[in-house]
Amino acid sequence: MAHLEREPVFNHRSSRLFHLLPMIFVESRTGSRFAARFTMNTLPAIKQVSGRAVPVPGDDVDTDRIIPARFMKCVTFDGLGEFAFYDVRFDGDGNKKKHPLNEARFDGASIMLVGSNFGCGSSREHAPQSLHKFGVRALIGLSYAEIFFGNSTTLGIPCVSVDEKTLHTLVEIVESHPETELKIDLETKKITAAGNEFPLTIAESAREGLLSAEWDALALLMKDPADIETVAERLHYV
Amino acid sequence: MLLNLTIMGKTLFHKVWEDHAVRKLPNGQTQLFIGTHLIHEVTSPQAFGMLGDLGLSVKYPQRTFATVDHIVPTNETLEPYSDPLAQAMIEELRKNCADNDITFFDTNTGMQGVVHIVGPEQGITQPGTTIACGDSHTATHGAFGAIAFGIGTSQVRDVLATQSLALSELKVRRINVSGKLGPGVYAKDVILHIIRVLGVNGGLGYAYEYGGEVFDRFTMEERMTVCNMSIEGGARCGYVNPDQTTFDYLKGRPYSPKGAEWDTAVERWASFASDADAQYDDVYNIDAADIKPTVTWGINPAQAIFIDEKMPLLDELDSHDRATAQEAYEYMSLTEGAPIRGQKIDVAFIGSCTNGRLSDLEEVAQYVKGKKVSAHVKAIVVPGSQVVAKIAIEKGLDKIFSEAGFEWRAAGCSMCLAMNPDKLIGNQLCASSSNRNFKGRQGSPTGRTLLMSPVMVAAAAITGEVTDARELFNQTATIAAV
Repeated sequence: MAHLEREPVFNHRSSRLFHLLPMIFVESRTGSRFAARFTMNTLPAIKQVSGRAVPVPGDDVDTDRIIPARFMKCVTFDGLGEFAFYDVRFDGDGNKKKHPLNEARFDGASIMLVGSNFGCGSSREHAPQSLHKFGVRALIGLSYAEIFFGNSTTLGIPCVSVDEKTLHTLVEIVESHPETELKIDLETKKITAAGNEFPLTIAESAREGLLSAEWDALALLMKDPADIETVAERLHYV
Repeated sequence: MLLNLTIMGKTLFHKVWEDHAVRKLPNGQTQLFIGTHLIHEVTSPQAFGMLGDLGLSVKYPQRTFATVDHIVPTNETLEPYSDPLAQAMIEELRKNCADNDITFFDTNTGMQGVVHIVGPEQGITQPGTTIACGDSHTATHGAFGAIAFGIGTSQVRDVLATQSLALSELKVRRINVSGKLGPGVYAKDVILHIIRVLGVNGGLGYAYEYGGEVFDRFTMEERMTVCNMSIEGGARCGYVNPDQTTFDYLKGRPYSPKGAEWDTAVERWASFASDADAQYDDVYNIDAADIKPTVTWGINPAQAIFIDEKMPLLDELDSHDRATAQEAYEYMSLTEGAPIRGQKIDVAFIGSCTNGRLSDLEEVAQYVKGKKVSAHVKAIVVPGSQVVAKIAIEKGLDKIFSEAGFEWRAAGCSMCLAMNPDKLIGNQLCASSSNRNFKGRQGSPTGRTLLMSPVMVAAAAITGEVTDARELFNQTATIAAV
């Protein structure tokens, strides 16, 4: 087997990928080049997320609302942050609408409090990408659409669920004391806010991935290429 | 008493899953081999960028197929396009495909179109396969008995680099539609009705298996319309078991197996169909006779009523539905308790991966022939692919539409999500054969969308208001005469 060393090229397009480097490449049986082993995997474990929170009211908030399609005319995710929830925040003339996301008291919030079926609609990763670039590091809500949940987890944004009563209480706390620091603890599955503790739920596979620093699946998927090739050879198509 | 040790039958979903499973991952998910990967210009460039940053290459270039659909203008064909951002996106895809030896159904091939229309018509979409695409309407391909997932861009990267995805296994809900659909009731009405009764998040954690007499009789194109909108019901994928209709559709397509391989393939494909004694996690039964032409009135696809119903009163709804309905009435400028029928429209759009296929255009053309689009309505017909457009033109459908006052356009996603120049203006109300009625979906932040079948869109275009197509086109009589 020929061993190839490659110099990682840093590109601002996907800085989180830098964590996956450096790696060693080998020639696999079929001749395709494949990273067989990561000598260093420094994706950080995500055990806790702390920060101030902003409520984003409403159920079934869809991905077109999170990032309108007209802002997806781009070949990188770079500039998406400023367009997160654009039509929710601004009217047709670019004037700010009345919405918590426009209130100075919530400036710098890194946790969003959301309703049920958040992120429904399109599979566009532009949605969680824009939220991340907008400064969002975690979501607390009633429930999430499946693709959005997976896309967010892959970016290291935990989407945790609480019951309606808890959400209501958290919104009340944040509305009356926006300076309150919320702490999401994935190890203990608890949210702490203003001295109170609330239970949270999150799909175990996502929790496991975040805690074990394997929330970006690529490293895992590349671990044993021979197994992939076995399946490829077994299949009767393409 | 004898112990019942019989092994229960399997669903297609589980058979395909097992066939493609690479291994169980530490977090409990499965590494699933993705046999066929489809890409387009919006969600793939960043994935190629990530690959480049990591110094990785495309592992199986022959398993990825590309086309350009979201941003292509439908009223100009010459490049450079007037929108430089659209031009940059098509060039990026062209370059990525050339650099990585990926087959690209470019605009000059005669095969370009909406990715979910191109895959099936080229015979790339086949039963018993796994398909992924950075697009939530990938469920369309489930019509062939494939397990087809919409994925995010990091997952596009994963498929390019490893031809696999980390996925959690889904539960399977069987949805039976028994009996016979009435005249003027279409596949689109069936899926809008399913979403209405099961909800926009009713499918969370499920794959939907559609079956029953209605699906047995459906053409492939009708099955695609239903599977297409599975995601609108919250289901990650939806499928129909492969049968003779599936095999007849695939026979002779460019990428379909040929010669002796064909018979082997059919035998193999048939074996993926769910066993008669398959175990489902849930079963839901619908009587086809209960479904009527359906129109959405709100801002999500479950906010729908039959054409002869009135929009719900807020007091009739539970607290969750009431809040969303209130938001919808405000946005849509519609009134609770009022009929949707008679609502004046501004724009009519026929097209999209839901309803932009040849059979959709043929069905509509027979009714609009000799009629005229209302003077105040802008009506456009956007064929789903260049192949659809070519055959439609050969059949003279373009002329029928043009003479009736519809604009005949080139292939693309167009006004379904308005990433090209086809957009609503201000708060225009659009009768649309597409799949989403989200706020701002059709390009104007205040634009409004009513989802319905293509024939209902045509009826609205002609009268200028939401209309019961069955009456306008005398469909009951037409069908009785056949």
